[in-house]
Amino acid sequence: MSAQTTLQRIASFLLGTPARRFASISLLLAVVSSIAPTRDLFSEWRHYQRQYRQLIQHRTDAARLEKRFQSGIQQIWIPEQHVVDRCSTCHVALQENSLASQTTQPFRPHPPMPHALNEFGCVMCHHGQGAATTVTEAHYSTKAWEQPILPARYLEASCGQCHMETLKGTPQLNQGRRLLARYGCAHCHAITQPDGTLIVPVDEPPSLEHIAEKTSREWIFAWIKNPQAYAVSATMPNFRFNDHEATDIANFLIAQSNASENSKTALTAHASLPSSELAAVEGPGIYGMMFCASCHATQNSKGNLMGGDLAPELTRVGNKVNPEWLRRWLKAPQGYDPKTRMPRYRYDEKQVALLSSYLLAKKDDDFLSNVHLGPSDEQSVARGRKLTADYGCAACHHINGISPPEGFAPDLSRVGSKPLFQVGFLRGMPETLPDYISGKIRDPRAFGPALKMPSFTLADGQVEALTTALLAQTDRAVTMPPELVRSSQHARYHPGGDAGRLMEDLRCQSCHTINGNGGDMAPDLTNEGSAVQRTWLLDFMKNPDTLRPALIRRMPKFNLSDDEIRKLCDYMLTAYQAPGFDSDALDPRALNSEAAARGKELFYTKYACQSCHIADFKQDKGYVGPALADVGDRLTPVWLYKWLKDPDALVPGTAMPNPHLSEQEARDMTAFLVTRKAKKKGGGK
Amino acid sequence: MRRLSTASMVVAMLLGGCGKRVPVAVSLTPKSFGTQIVEQSGGKQTTGVGARLADPLVVQVNGADGNAVVGALVKFRGDGAAFVPAQALTDDSGQVSTIVQLGSVPRSYLLVAETLKQGGDVAGITMRGTALGYQEKVGKQVSEKYCTMCHDPESTTERVSNFDNLAPPAPHMLSDGTVLNSISDADLIKIIADGGPALGKSPQTPAYRNTLTTAEIKAVVAYMRAIADPPYSQPLAK
Repeated sequence: MSAQTTLQRIASFLLGTPARRFASISLLLAVVSSIAPTRDLFSEWRHYQRQYRQLIQHRTDAARLEKRFQSGIQQIWIPEQHVVDRCSTCHVALQENSLASQTTQPFRPHPPMPHALNEFGCVMCHHGQGAATTVTEAHYSTKAWEQPILPARYLEASCGQCHMETLKGTPQLNQGRRLLARYGCAHCHAITQPDGTLIVPVDEPPSLEHIAEKTSREWIFAWIKNPQAYAVSATMPNFRFNDHEATDIANFLIAQSNASENSKTALTAHASLPSSELAAVEGPGIYGMMFCASCHATQNSKGNLMGGDLAPELTRVGNKVNPEWLRRWLKAPQGYDPKTRMPRYRYDEKQVALLSSYLLAKKDDDFLSNVHLGPSDEQSVARGRKLTADYGCAACHHINGISPPEGFAPDLSRVGSKPLFQVGFLRGMPETLPDYISGKIRDPRAFGPALKMPSFTLADGQVEALTTALLAQTDRAVTMPPELVRSSQHARYHPGGDAGRLMEDLRCQSCHTINGNGGDMAPDLTNEGSAVQRTWLLDFMKNPDTLRPALIRRMPKFNLSDDEIRKLCDYMLTAYQAPGFDSDALDPRALNSEAAARGKELFYTKYACQSCHIADFKQDKGYVGPALADVGDRLTPVWLYKWLKDPDALVPGTAMPNPHLSEQEARDMTAFLVTRKAKKKGGGK
Repeated sequence: MRRLSTASMVVAMLLGGCGKRVPVAVSLTPKSFGTQIVEQSGGKQTTGVGARLADPLVVQVNGADGNAVVGALVKFRGDGAAFVPAQALTDDSGQVSTIVQLGSVPRSYLLVAETLKQGGDVAGITMRGTALGYQEKVGKQVSEKYCTMCHDPESTTERVSNFDNLAPPAPHMLSDGTVLNSISDADLIKIIADGGPALGKSPQTPAYRNTLTTAEIKAVVAYMRAIADPPYSQPLAK
């Protein structure tokens, strides 16, 4: 009763007369229309801007900071890159370096970076919703916006959207891209980079077309079951096959194998095969002379890998290979696998026999002792063929009768923008793209036992690196204006002609880069013809001796014939010339003994070159650059002179700093260095 | 109030590198007590922002007799760093090992390990982990190519150190804060750009002005500052 009367009284007070009605409705309108401005007044960004002004007001540079501060919503707008970023509305001090000691967000200045803030905005690198002005909407994943802030540890992925080349500031991205190529990801997954180039695998899995010559069924079984049990450094993944499946595959691989070119050449029986004692004594010498360890690693007694990673680990090679195959392989690797990176050494029967006995002794007696396979039969081979086809083995390996599968695995070209609604997350896993990608790399089969992707043996850091490289494959990267994309150049240079064939036979480019194509283990030979003297090169090819005392990896001795050496040297001296090396580049009269004396003074006193180089083995100890004690025999004077003037122009990326010599100094130093010759007493005075 | 708590949560999450949210665990009950906690390994590492340190942080609890104590409680904390586990009892060798993830701001993070002593007192030790940002990463790459073969006496497999081959004065480690912290950025940049003689020092440090860009030289200095031991603190702005 009384409540009703109260209501009636309020109604008549507010709406009793037309004037009261008008006043009430006006008031209501005023309140309603002020909701939005009031909310805005209390918005997060205003709060942060007020906080910032309080923060700076007692600083000595308050006036300057206050002057630079702009209130209100701030925005970086770059239409052609689809950037509308309002982050600096709250992150007000991004460009105030004097606040560097400030650790509370959102007031930290941005740490030094290679781009200007207003050229690229924020979201390009950090992801998130740039147009939002609340913390939650800008930073976190919502139903309307799936791209949360990219966790800092994957931030280098953003550089990879434009940069295909190797950057100094992105070690993790660089490692990830190397791993994508090295672990063979790109055999099954197509990964088109933002510049339109495909990631090309560099692992070169061996052809299995003649595998029965090389190894046994038992070894194949053990290898398939657990590649890393045979070689810790193996990049072959584990497909988690059961014993029956592994047996079937081993049976099929042996059954499909046919005869290689090598098997057609008779192996001349060596009159007396070396005893294992002799091999143990002399084998290491040949292994060392061929510098096998430059490419192949072995585990030492402490379990550490010693040697290069360009070729398979040899710790238990005696468990794997058939002795006859090994001798044929050492004599002519290309006769078994025309695509191998292994050079063809010119060793005689006795040396080959010694080395193969030495290698065959590298084994673990227990390795295959528990592998007992029943006889192979047709059904097993047929099952093995089906498994081999189903699991895409031919995506990596050449196998007779099975062609490489097309589009076998999902294309990863835009995996960094994969919509979250397409992702099946595991229970308990944070529902973000980086977590999904790294989880999938770490344990693919956890996402479904029927999945075919095998398990790779990767350290945590490698998984993060791979995730970083894949996160660079975004939609944004594809739509980036082309002038922003920095490609890396892939040259396909191969030497031609007779000498070219010889260089292919020796696989020079497995280690040396020439005209942009080749390995990075050994010096770039693009300009070698301008650099070295003919007599020195002839001697060096006969007996390669290292120039750098500190290096473990070295040029192997191939046992080349005199004719082959002449052919190689003539070719290199003619074809690999740098521009501008004509005879008038340096006046030979400048290289006199007074100049040499001045050069020596410069070398030892002003520039202290002996810190890194040895000009005289009796007194210098520098260990970083090549020894120069016989450089007068090795390098041409013009090369020395030009090198001293600007080393980076001749060998881009060399560690030798440009000493910035004057003309006169460069001539004097050259005059001194050309006096450094072998077998002449003492050198300078 | 709610706004404030949201903001502080966001700050905490950002500083915590948006890592896995580990539910706050109930404190473990120590089975025994030590008197001292010492670092075993992992106390001075660097990594990228927001990333895990490559090696775990390992500490040991010792008793008054100096012997390792089994079953003592160790707790880890660090402003902006996350630990898995954040607390544990020492194992059979008296040690605890934890994986550390640093925050997303490039700086040095203090990593504190504490153990409960008999009677409720706490013994602690403070270590450091350094998160490298873009500039410091560039500096690290550049210095590994051009500097460390003389400035780091520890040899690597391929690059045997040149440290012992040099005439005196011996080069300083790039992390040698006792000496380098007192040299200004401008002077360090000058030495790298123009060589030792630019500041009346040995010509064994060559000039890199024509080899490195200014940005790269600054990056090397930033990296040296980041790894300085004892830590480098920026001089106050004038």
